[in-house]
This record gives sequence, structure tokens and C-alpha cells, in this order.
Amino acid sequence: MSAKPDVPEDLITVEIDGTAYRARKGEMIIQVADAAGVTIPRFCYHTKLPIAASCRMCLVEVERAPKPLPACATPVTDGMKVFTRSVRAIAAQKAVMEFLLINHPLDCPICDQGGECELQDLSLGFGSSVSRFAEKKRVVVDHDLGPLIATDMTRCIHCTRCIRFLEVIAGRKELGGIGRGEHMRIDTYVERSLRSEMSGNVIDVCPVGALTSKPFQFTARAWELREFPAIAPHDSMGSNLALHTRRGRVMRVVPRENESINEVWLSDRDRFAYQGLYAADRLKSPMIRRGDHWEEVEWDVALEFVVDGLHRALDERGPAGIGTLISPTATLEELYLANRLVRGLGGANIDHRLRQADFRDQDRAPPFPWLGQSIEDLENLDAALIVGSNVRHEQPIAAHRLRKAALRGAAIAFVNPVDFDFHFPVAHKIVAGPAGMVRSLAGIAKALGAGGDGEVPQVREFFKNVNPDQAEREIAQALRDGVRSTVLLGNLATAHPGFSVLQALAGWIAEASGATLGYLPEAANSAGAWIAGAVPHRDAGAVAVAPGAGGLDAAAMLESPPDALILFGVEPEFDCWDPAKARRAAGAAGFTVVMSPYAGDAARDYADVLLPIAAFAETSGTFVNAEGRWQGFRGACAPYGAARPGWKVLRVLGNLLGLAGFEYTSAEQVRDELHGKAGTLAPDNRSAWPDTVELPDAGAGLVRIGDVPIYGTDALVRRATALQQTEHGRDATVRIRAALAQRLGLAEAARVEVMQGDARAVLPLVVDDRVPDGCAWISAALPGSAGLGPSIGPVTLRVAS
Amino acid sequence: MPAIRNYIKSLFQWELFLGLRVTGRYLFTRKVTLMYPEEKTPQSPRFRGLHALRRYPNGEERCIACKLCEAACPTLAITIESERRADGTRRTTRYDIDLFKCIFCGFCEESCPVDSIVETRVYEYHYEDRGGQIITKQQLLANGERYEARIAEDRAQDARYR
Repeated sequence: MSAKPDVPEDLITVEIDGTAYRARKGEMIIQVADAAGVTIPRFCYHTKLPIAASCRMCLVEVERAPKPLPACATPVTDGMKVFTRSVRAIAAQKAVMEFLLINHPLDCPICDQGGECELQDLSLGFGSSVSRFAEKKRVVVDHDLGPLIATDMTRCIHCTRCIRFLEVIAGRKELGGIGRGEHMRIDTYVERSLRSEMSGNVIDVCPVGALTSKPFQFTARAWELREFPAIAPHDSMGSNLALHTRRGRVMRVVPRENESINEVWLSDRDRFAYQGLYAADRLKSPMIRRGDHWEEVEWDVALEFVVDGLHRALDERGPAGIGTLISPTATLEELYLANRLVRGLGGANIDHRLRQADFRDQDRAPPFPWLGQSIEDLENLDAALIVGSNVRHEQPIAAHRLRKAALRGAAIAFVNPVDFDFHFPVAHKIVAGPAGMVRSLAGIAKALGAGGDGEVPQVREFFKNVNPDQAEREIAQALRDGVRSTVLLGNLATAHPGFSVLQALAGWIAEASGATLGYLPEAANSAGAWIAGAVPHRDAGAVAVAPGAGGLDAAAMLESPPDALILFGVEPEFDCWDPAKARRAAGAAGFTVVMSPYAGDAARDYADVLLPIAAFAETSGTFVNAEGRWQGFRGACAPYGAARPGWKVLRVLGNLLGLAGFEYTSAEQVRDELHGKAGTLAPDNRSAWPDTVELPDAGAGLVRIGDVPIYGTDALVRRATALQQTEHGRDATVRIRAALAQRLGLAEAARVEVMQGDARAVLPLVVDDRVPDGCAWISAALPGSAGLGPSIGPVTLRVAS
Repeated sequence: MPAIRNYIKSLFQWELFLGLRVTGRYLFTRKVTLMYPEEKTPQSPRFRGLHALRRYPNGEERCIACKLCEAACPTLAITIESERRADGTRRTTRYDIDLFKCIFCGFCEESCPVDSIVETRVYEYHYEDRGGQIITKQQLLANGERYEARIAEDRAQDARYR
């Protein structure tokens, strides 16, 4: 055989503007040109969206083609000769530009896109300075698309990027093209707002100023903004974003491309939550309670006050008298220093697992909750079982990857306490109350032949009575058949009163089916909190403390309030599993220190001292995402008022308390020290799961399902006004199915009284058949439900008097 | 020899006579000095003096907060903050010009797409307080209202050259 050049079969040669390039068969001209760095003007083409070829701006001349061809929709062929700068190509592009400008208004000075507009940029090169048209321009009536997206549809050039984004990426056909020719307009089908949790991306994909950001509207110009890279603080994906600031104030947030995490997208929560930075209850300076009123003081006075209070608690009960609850959205540095502070004083009462109820299994937990795979791997799954997760709202970026897998044909199954709505085909959806979830998982485990031979008689007995039904068998089969399959535990699994049981069952299922066990951790730094040792039973680097030296977990701390309670970035009434108890504990503690960017009325009620901490965007730090990826960021603007970065406050507290080794000069130094201890920590979800599990009580009465709504996750989001005005930002309601409402005699009631122990609230009643029988869906972390008890636990309803 | 000449020149104060010759010449030429403030020099319609923000005849402010003047200003003398007004239009909430920084180059006026910020013929103004040199939106609008007739006339005169 003659020697062939070492070129793969599907590689061909294309000549663009006289230079030869290698290209793969089937690639479009524009893709080859982009890879080669040859600029072709375009509006409708977007690398992440399907090709529409509707704008015609990318017309190029191709040898032997009778007419110019659209580069975005013309596949390359071997030996093709493309001219992007020839007289014919330029003439075609200029003609298209002239057509686009017939109806495009000349309102650049008041258009928010001005300065970063693709049409503006290209018209500079391809437009003519004088229009040949004297006719009146087209005017399109605007429709309100909700509190996030501002519209000015007269500016639309019908590239259909927004339509394609919502249909293909967000999975909701919420916008469409109506009419033809000059009468075409982009609109919702039935007049209503965009509901997708990723809707903000249409602002980025829109090449003109037709779709712009409403919270940002008219407030700044692209050229005034300074860009700072940062990491999204609201979910455990660690989406890369850029903060745009002007004169020390965050004006908007845009995505930063990271192909292995968020690609080029950003969820609305990450995009619009910055509004919360400037909430009315932002804490300006340190404050001390003096009797009934609050007094603004200098930092040294406030810190001295804190040190005195902690010393009093130490004198009374020793280190056991101090408890620290720290938010899992705190930075790695803050978590680590809080851990060092608590353990430096000799105690171990520190926890970040505020929304967890079941800690029985914590000693066998993995070093940190890990996705079990990379975020990119999620889209290559063949089968997935997701337990207790409304993944679309909890981790929109993970949901986007799962959606890609599902569209490829992956069998994705859910075991959830509520029939949540997903934007991808779901193979099986098991909707059952908390006890039912355990039974379903046991069914799947049994279908795989796992779990029945445990040591505990109660479990053996339980498994004996489990009979997998059709759906459970099929889920088990799909997990076993899939080359890449996974079992993921979501936020509602973590909040489940039998979390350890779910963990064990999921572990058995994963083991028996060869699937990967993973977690969808709740907050930006849930993984980091474990690494930094913000758990009572493990020190930094997941080093287990000596037996007996462990401290109280979050639930135990609230059960018996310590003498001194430190709340770091925590709002007990919203962030805890049992808000009523948490609120009570914060008030009952002898000395309550609140370190937070905010001080709402509740905090002013229970705190003894308020220390203002720099919020997101104002402090440098590190987040560890679900993959275990360490991502650092720096402050983009100075902290508000007299607020100081949390790590600095903790460092000075360490100094004042006389603890050794608190002489850090930068956040990087803190991180490097922790990295030395934990950098090599290998995530491993397959640590030995117990074969001894205790089953939770399957209580007979009504059970509350208290999920955390998408815009209730943390203090910052809860203060983002635009997000709160969306449909997902509504206040708490009681949702029960029609049959149950009938049975409880609530069918006619508009408002019901909700009772959980002493805690009660009056909330509107909504009949919703997505909730299983015997359950009442009452979301947590909302003003209306802030006074209630356990997120998942017994509840009583009666007609409000 | 030069020493003797210098001696005679200084004896008769020759330099004084040279100086008085200049004085004498100007005593009889046409006077250019004006008796300011009673007399003033004539001004071009393009005179660039104190700034003003104009309004439309219906009373609506012209400024649309496009911030081109802020971007064009070579000394960063202009500070603008904007918002969406209740009627949905783009408006400034703050329009400050620091007259200490301003070099009266007129770029702001040239960049304005709606002829809102203009430089008037006014050059007689003073400040009494520290910070008084920063004129606000209200002051600028007041300037505009006060001198609108003159401003409009000057723009009309200059229109054919623009």
C-alpha cells in the first residue's frame, strides 16, 4: 500500500481568503472561520444554539456558487474556496445591513445596549451613514415579560436567538415569532411573563437592545463599568460570573464562560441577586444592645464587647458553652477561621448543616459531599436516580446538564415528595411522602438485590415487606443497564428526617447497580464547609476528632441553646430546618453574636451585638463547588459602610482572644494554610455505608414538605427585589391535593391555620394535586413560614378563624 | 568711549525718554481697553461659557441620560446618574459639572444628540462656598430656563455651519 498522509478520514481542506485550513466534514463555514480567527459578521448565529440562518449577515462568496451563501448554514466541502472580504461578499453584507436598518430605530442614546450592541458595532463597518429610506419606521407594541426582562421590541431584528434559547436550552417554548415579513414580532404566546429560571440569558443572546435587564435598566453604560471575575454564591455549581461595578457599586452581573461548569449561561438567581447587596437592612456599623435600644459603636468597642461575652460564657460552662452556626455560603476562609476559633477555645460546637435534621450517620459521611463526577459528566449519563431534589430550582446549571443527557435518551428518574415540574423528559417520577420515599428507595434496592441482608432485624423485617413495583423495577434496571449511571441526593433528601436511611439506601442502590453515588449539595460552599472543618465531629481536612471530643451539631445546639451563640451569616428564622426552634434558641442564648451583612428586625430582636460583615462581591475568598473545584475570587468593591470582610473580623477576634496562629495578612494566606491540610483530600462517596440503619417513624398524621424555594436560599437572594417579584418569589402557601382538602373539610377554605407544636401561621390554601396524599407542601425560608417548625415533620391544618 | 556714552545717557536719563516715547505713542492711538463691567467685548454665538441644560418648549427636559457628554469630557468634569422615570423614560437623577475641572472645550455640547447640554455666553459667575463650583442638575436646568431665548438664537445662528 502506498503511504497515505496521516490525516483522519473526515478531515478536509478549505480555503478561506486565500489561506488553507483543515476542517471536519459537516462543519459550517462560520465555524471553520471562527476557529481560524477570520471574522465573519453575524447576528443570528450563536455557538450554543441551533442554526437559523435568518439574519443573512454572514453572507460570503464561495467559488462557483451563483450567489453569496450564508456562512452559518453552508457546510464546508473539500477544496471549497471562500471569500469573506471580496467585493461581492462585502456588497452582500452591506445590503443586508441596509435592510436591517430600515426598521431599526436610531435611539442608540437611550438604548441600554448602546456601547455593547452587535448591530451598532457592525453598522460602523457595514452601514451607510445616510439612509436611503424616508418611509416611517415600524413600531411594535411591547408586552411585559416580567420583572427581570425589559423589552423594546421595535429594536428587534428577528434573529430568533431568544426563541431558540428558550426552546433549546431553557426547555420552555415561552417566546415565539408571530406573523410574517414586516408584521413579524417576537412575543409570548399568551400574554404572560417569562417563567424559566434561566430567562436572564436572553439578555445576553439578544444582539440588539430589544431584550435588556430590567433591574439594570437605564442605570449605567457599558463603558463606565469595571469588570471583576467572581463565583456565583447561590448554588453548589460555582458558576463563573463577572461583576460589573461603577464607582464602587455592583451594577449588574453577567456570565463568564467556563465550558466545564456553566458554559456561557447563568441562572437568574446568580444574575439578579446582586440587588440584595443594597437592601435597606444592610448593616452599616457595629452595634451593641444597651438595654432596649441599639447603639452604633466603633469596631474596637464591639469586638471588646464580643470578647467579654465569650469570656463570660467560657468562665461559666467552659468551651462547651459556646456554639457557632455558620452559613454554608460563607467563604472557605471564613469557615476555616471560624472552625479554628471554636476549636482554639477548646470547643467543637460548630456546624453549617442548618437545613439537615438527621445527623446519626455523620461519622461515616464522605470527606465532603461530592457530586461523584464532574458537572460535564452529568450530560453523558445514561441513567440517573435523583432523590429529593427539585434540581431545576436548586441547581439550574446541573439541571441544564441533566436535560442534555435526557434529550440524548438518558433515563432520569426522580423520587420526590412533590411532583416537581422538569424541563426534560423524565423516565419515572415517584412522588411519595417522606416515609414513602424511603419505601420506594428500598423497593429499588430490593429490585437490585441489595440491602435485605443487613444486621438489624428491624431492617430485615422491613425489607421482607417491601415489594418493588413496576416503576421501581424499571428504575433499577435502567441504573444497572446504563454504562454511566448515577444516584444523586438533593436538598430534600438532606432535609429528610431519615437522611441517614436515604443515604444508606442510595449507597446500596449505587453499589448494586454500579452507579456513582453523588450529592447535589445545597449551598455555594457546602463542600468547602466540610473541608474547612465547620462540622462538630471533624476538623479541617476532614480529620476526625478524637472520640468524645466532638461537639454539638446544628440541631443539638438549637435544642439546648449554648450560653454564647455566634451566628455567622445565618438568619435562623429562614436558614434553619426548624425555624421556630432556631429563633427561640437565638433568643434564649445568654449572649448572641450576629455577624452578618444584614440585620433585619428579627436579628435586632435576639442579638446582643451585631457585627457588619462584607457581603458577596465585597470580600475575597474561595468557594468549593460540588465537583470539589476550588475557585477563588477577590472583592470587587469596598464593603458597605463600616463592614469588614468576615475573615478579617474572625482573625482579629482570634487575636483578641489570645489564640495562637491568627496572624494572617491576607485571605490567600488563610486559604493556602487550609490547602496544605486539605488540598489532597480525595472525594469518596463510596466510604463504607452502614448496613445498620434505623427507619424513621412513619407518622400517621399530615406531614409538612418544606422545600426551600429558588429565591429563598440565602440572605442575599431573599433581598433581591426583582427576583422576589417573579412568579417563583411568592410568599408561602399551603398546598394540598383536592381529595385531602375534601377529607380535612378545607375544600372551601381560602386561608388555613398551620400548626406545628407551638408554632403557627395563617397561610393561603392552594389545592394542588402535585402534592402526595397525607402531605402539605409549605415551603420554608419565606416570610410567611418563618415562624413554623420542622421543614419536614408533622403538621396540623384547620380553617383559619 | 562706550563708558563716556553710557555716562551721558544715564546723566540725561535716556531710557526714561525711550519709555515715555511708547507712552506718548499710545496716548494718541485708538483705545482698546474697555471699562469692564460698564463696557463688554462683543461675543461670538459660539462663545463657550457657563453650562446649561435645556428643555423642550413643552417643558420636558431634553436630557435623556445617554452619558455621551460624560464619556466625551476630557477632564471627567461631568458626573451623571440615571434611572427609569415613572413614565418609563430614561432620565438623569444627577447631573453634576465640576467647573474647576471643566476646561470649556465644548465637547459635551458637541456630543449631545438632543442639544440638551449647552455652553452659554455667561461667564460672570462666582462661588461663595467650598464645593459651590460643582453645579447640579437643578442649577443647570435653571440656567437653561433663564437663558433659553439667547441659547436658542445662538444655535439658530450657528445651525448652518453644523
